[in-house]
Amino acid sequence: MEKDYICIACPIGCRLKLTADGGKLVVSGNKCKRGEVYAIEEYSEPKRVVTATCSIGMDKAVSGFKLERMPVKTTKPILKDQIDSLLKDIYALKLKPPVKRGDVLLKDYNGTGIDVVATRSAG
Amino acid sequence: MKEYLFDCAVIGGGAAGMAAALEVEKAGFKTAIIEREECLGGILLQCIHNGFGLHEFKEELTGPEYAERFADKIDESEVKVFLDSTVMEMDEPADYPGQHELYCYSSVYGVFVIRARTVILAMGCRERNRGNIGIPGTRPSGIMTAGLAQRLVNIDGYVPGKDIVIIGSGDIGLIMARRMTWAGCRVHAVIEIQPYPSGITRNIVQCLEDFEIPLYLSHVVSEIRGKDRIESILVTPNKDGYPDEENSFELKCDTLLLSVGLVPENELSRKAGIDLNPQINGPYVDSHLMTNKDGVFACGNVLHVHDLVDYVSAESRSAGSNAVKFLQSALTGKQYSIKSGANVRYIVPQKFNFSDDNRFYLRSMIVKNEAVVEIKADGRTIKTIKHSHVQPSEMISIKLKRADLEKISDLPDPRLEISII
Amino acid sequence: MKYDVAIIGAGVSGAAIARKLSQYNLKTVLLEKEADVSFGTSKANSGIIHGGFHTSMKYLKSRLEIQGNLMFDALQRELGFPFRRCGVIVAAFREEELKHIQNLYRQGVDNGVIGIEICSRERILDIEPKLNPDVIGGLHAPNGGIIEPYRFVFSLVESARKNGVDLIVNFKVDSAERTGAKWKISSDDGQSIEAEYVINAAGLYADRVSDIFKAENFKIIPRKGEEYLLDRMSPAYPNKVIFPVPHGKTKGTLVIPTVEGTMMVGPTADEIDDKEDLTTSREHLDRIFDFSRRMVPSISERDIITSFAGLRPALASGDFYIEVSEKAENFIQVAGIQSPGLTASPAIGEYVKNLLKKLDCLLVEKKDWDPHIDKVPRMRNLSHFESEKIVEENPQFGNIICRCEKVSEGEIVEAIRRGHTTLDGVKFFTRTGMGRCQGGFCTYKTIKIIMRETGLSYEQVTKRGKNSEILMERL
Repeated sequence: MEKDYICIACPIGCRLKLTADGGKLVVSGNKCKRGEVYAIEEYSEPKRVVTATCSIGMDKAVSGFKLERMPVKTTKPILKDQIDSLLKDIYALKLKPPVKRGDVLLKDYNGTGIDVVATRSAG
Repeated sequence: MKEYLFDCAVIGGGAAGMAAALEVEKAGFKTAIIEREECLGGILLQCIHNGFGLHEFKEELTGPEYAERFADKIDESEVKVFLDSTVMEMDEPADYPGQHELYCYSSVYGVFVIRARTVILAMGCRERNRGNIGIPGTRPSGIMTAGLAQRLVNIDGYVPGKDIVIIGSGDIGLIMARRMTWAGCRVHAVIEIQPYPSGITRNIVQCLEDFEIPLYLSHVVSEIRGKDRIESILVTPNKDGYPDEENSFELKCDTLLLSVGLVPENELSRKAGIDLNPQINGPYVDSHLMTNKDGVFACGNVLHVHDLVDYVSAESRSAGSNAVKFLQSALTGKQYSIKSGANVRYIVPQKFNFSDDNRFYLRSMIVKNEAVVEIKADGRTIKTIKHSHVQPSEMISIKLKRADLEKISDLPDPRLEISII
Repeated sequence: MKYDVAIIGAGVSGAAIARKLSQYNLKTVLLEKEADVSFGTSKANSGIIHGGFHTSMKYLKSRLEIQGNLMFDALQRELGFPFRRCGVIVAAFREEELKHIQNLYRQGVDNGVIGIEICSRERILDIEPKLNPDVIGGLHAPNGGIIEPYRFVFSLVESARKNGVDLIVNFKVDSAERTGAKWKISSDDGQSIEAEYVINAAGLYADRVSDIFKAENFKIIPRKGEEYLLDRMSPAYPNKVIFPVPHGKTKGTLVIPTVEGTMMVGPTADEIDDKEDLTTSREHLDRIFDFSRRMVPSISERDIITSFAGLRPALASGDFYIEVSEKAENFIQVAGIQSPGLTASPAIGEYVKNLLKKLDCLLVEKKDWDPHIDKVPRMRNLSHFESEKIVEENPQFGNIICRCEKVSEGEIVEAIRRGHTTLDGVKFFTRTGMGRCQGGFCTYKTIKIIMRETGLSYEQVTKRGKNSEILMERL
């Protein structure tokens, strides 16, 4: 078994090769440890960091500018097959200011240990 | 008319403007930022995806996080920020020699003048549009640049359409392919005129392959169809550089997003008499990032289009620290020429000096693995830098230390040439 | 609603007629099928006030062109639209062309064109330095000029409305029947009005409207013209409107400075079948640019901001057809108004008023007719000191929305208040979105202002009316 991947852990994008060597997965082409982790995970349980926005509806009177949407991100990559339901839950959020950059909006999503945090401050 | 006096006026409060302003204020000079929008941050605020800050902060941040870190520092500083204000004109008034005069319009502050001994241009860039690339066909609604769609979706929360086609495989187009999919739309294709994608490979994986969005390389959109709203497009493959019309096919869509290039926004600069370099569409700058107008510096996307915001911050700090030296009357160093050699599209700045470490930003014209950036003077190689991979869409940043330059200080007319081989 | 006069079509002809009739004690209505006035042929007009030498006086269009040309200075003072008498030249590059120049000159003199002159090479290069130095001579008509066509039509309609004319947009005439001594005119969506006199100024669809009223049967042949808009920074910006020596039916591909500082190259002229075909094509681009570069060498494709197409409503005769109908009662035809339609339009207004008189329409002048309309301050045209005062009174004029064309929120609000509630309507009134970024920066702001001022919901804001909505969903 041989699989080619392009690492997405950072913008460099090392070209990785994953092979099975007697039951063990071996990665080559990576410049750092993250690439090795990425290739193995991509093969067995692919994950992605998710960024999206949720509703906040902050008025100009509150902080000098109007903010309709709060940008958010997952603190760690989440399993690809959980992304659709995660997005649904993010879009269902309706925040109220004040919200600070880094505030946890969804804690320990589905028991994954991954949070969804605000990436901007409002109010 | 209200007048404000500063040592340095920074036009634009995005990544470039904020980094430059902080550098000048740090040295104790009165600094102002004039920003059109209602808050600082510029284009970063709508770039809600991650990939920013690996160099600058040694962590991976989203655009708003990167912007806010700088905006927080501005808040803690003495930099005076004029929001909701647009600089309409810049000139050098005869009755105030050594000063620059900015006419600003604002719904908050009215019409006012800022006078400053130095000005830092940090106005960023704009997107090329349908008119620039001339796609034939009708002119219905549903056609917009990827950046405008990004603004509408991420800041205002509006989705312009449901069945999307994207022209251009640059990073903005790729990021929007993912964003629109995650917003519940169907992205039918990304059309790219070149035989290779323009965006970074990471984005091909996480924005196209993840969603099985087809990428048509060496294809163009040859016609737009639809009376009031776009209904479909005609896609034509390029064979050996010519449109292969027989093999055109139609793609139904209700929205067409264009990600076909960025152009530095220099109308203000041009009107102010600043000489522009047609290779980069930004000002000619010397090794201090100073334009042909004394005391006027340029940095960030207004100087040349960057792909990494971290480089923007570094370049802008450099512009800021040079503005400081100018204010201290300490900006010395005779300027010498540097030119593009083989396979180099452009180099910024186009000058170097012997007094400082010099940093250059350049773009390759070729795609190559195990490439070498070679710096020559009068045919003599004075430095080589290995790069495992170069491509046109990834800017290269190199440093020439004073020590490196010592080797050529004996030459009567030292000129540098940078090539990629 | 019952009216004395109904004008079908709010392009430049209908608008000029409406304004003229607004001077009289008549209940007049202007009916327009699109979401705003000037959205048909008049939208794609080249913006030239012609010099009056291209055709002989035996044509009605020529006589009205000469009269109309003379009326623009007064109109500008009253209505404030952008207009400049920069002059028009016809450039000759070959010996044979000089013969045509002689003919045009004689025609101009016969037509009474003031100041028309024949130029030597030296003279023509002196008055128009951007010309290819290969030019050998030409013609100069200093009375020709340039205008912003949609601003002109908008201001005519505004003036007409100020003086009591009703405007109904989104009214597409579908049927007409006699009810006693009046016409009952119905739209395709169930609206209807009654009027005693009807003026058919329906442009591309004048033939269809004529059929609806069972008036004369004729055919409007759409003649497509494609044009390119070049950046205001283009080094090729000329002093004069530059014509080539005409060949055949068309005036040729021109180089046109616009009043606002940009420039245009074109138009082409192709007869087509489809009255809705506003597509632009690649083949024409090469042809237009090669041709125009022969006249002005510094023209470059690099300076193209955008391109667009327009359709001229041509009749086989090539002349205007402005007559009282012999088949339909109290019905006046105003058809085949292609070039020099805009130049002739003020005179068309007069001419049609006189036709109404012939139909025994009672024309009593209003004592309180006001020829002026309120001018909107345009920030890009004001000095900083003038701007300061305006912004003090109304801060919205200090909020610059369109950075490329320097348009303020105040101007956009004024456009919306005057009935221009589509993105294109706002664009034509203010120039927002016409600049080099083509709306990349300002569109989201303009949409929000339209929503705020009109109460329209996000999915109701359109580019130019029904079916051209811009936003589909909210996250």
